[in-house]
Amino acid sequence: MAVDAPEKQVEIQKEALLEAARRLFSEGFDNLHCVTAVDKNDSIELVYIFYSMGSRACTILKTRLALNDLAVESLANIWRSADWLEREVYDLFGVKFLNHPNLKRILNPDDWDVHPLRKSFERPDIVKKTRY
Amino acid sequence: MAVIEKIPASGLIEKFPGGGIILTTGESVLKWSKASSLWPLTFGLACCAIEMISTGAPRFDIDRFGAGVFRASPRQCDVMIVAGTICVKMGDCMKRLYAQMPEPKYVIAMGNCAVSGGIFYHDTYSVVKGTEALGIPVDVHIPGCPPRPENLLFGLMKLQEKIRNEKRGS
Repeated sequence: MAVDAPEKQVEIQKEALLEAARRLFSEGFDNLHCVTAVDKNDSIELVYIFYSMGSRACTILKTRLALNDLAVESLANIWRSADWLEREVYDLFGVKFLNHPNLKRILNPDDWDVHPLRKSFERPDIVKKTRY
Repeated sequence: MAVIEKIPASGLIEKFPGGGIILTTGESVLKWSKASSLWPLTFGLACCAIEMISTGAPRFDIDRFGAGVFRASPRQCDVMIVAGTICVKMGDCMKRLYAQMPEPKYVIAMGNCAVSGGIFYHDTYSVVKGTEALGIPVDVHIPGCPPRPENLLFGLMKLQEKIRNEKRGS
């Protein structure tokens, strides 16, 4: 890709994610900018943003996970930055990352059993209010 | 200037007529010294901490009120300035820090978040609704988002006033 190439978005099946990621890494995408997720009510969309320092190119991978099967292969063995980013997605959306080196909550207390950024999250009482 | 004029609002200090002797009670001198050297904890949680730092810097100079010695250990502190949003996980640390402070100890809740949760009061999953929701008693509440350094200094003076007017056993 040329310098300042427009961002390319690719939507793939979740089974193909690891293969696609390995391919991107060998193509020179040495930086995993961001792993995030979007709750689409019927599914959860994972968004991976890759960057190539060498050719200054950016690309975006998207994949959809069904709500009853929220598990996907971890990319932490390819990009070290995926470690914490995937922990954040696990913490806030409840997506399980297979073969992740240390999959536990990163922001919220360890004893919570809820995932606050899900659309179905309805526990505003989880932090108690003061009674005046 | 005589010592007598430097001790405000004690009301218990009298100069012995015609002599160099000062009559006072130990308690009023103790209260005066307590109020005049409040050592705050180096402890900032969010954007209010920037205002607190600014208050400590020369332009506003919290040192003028004897409260400029920000200590890095809670065991050397008198006052905890809760400057910022208290998250659930930070709440546990705060309770421990407060427990580690030696008596007598005072708490200033600085800013709306430390007073009541502020803009995070409704429908949030991670913010504690104010310092008192943690069970930490607050001596001075300073509203504002964030309060100006002058407001913090005013709150500090109010705390000094409170200390000087403390009744024994209260």
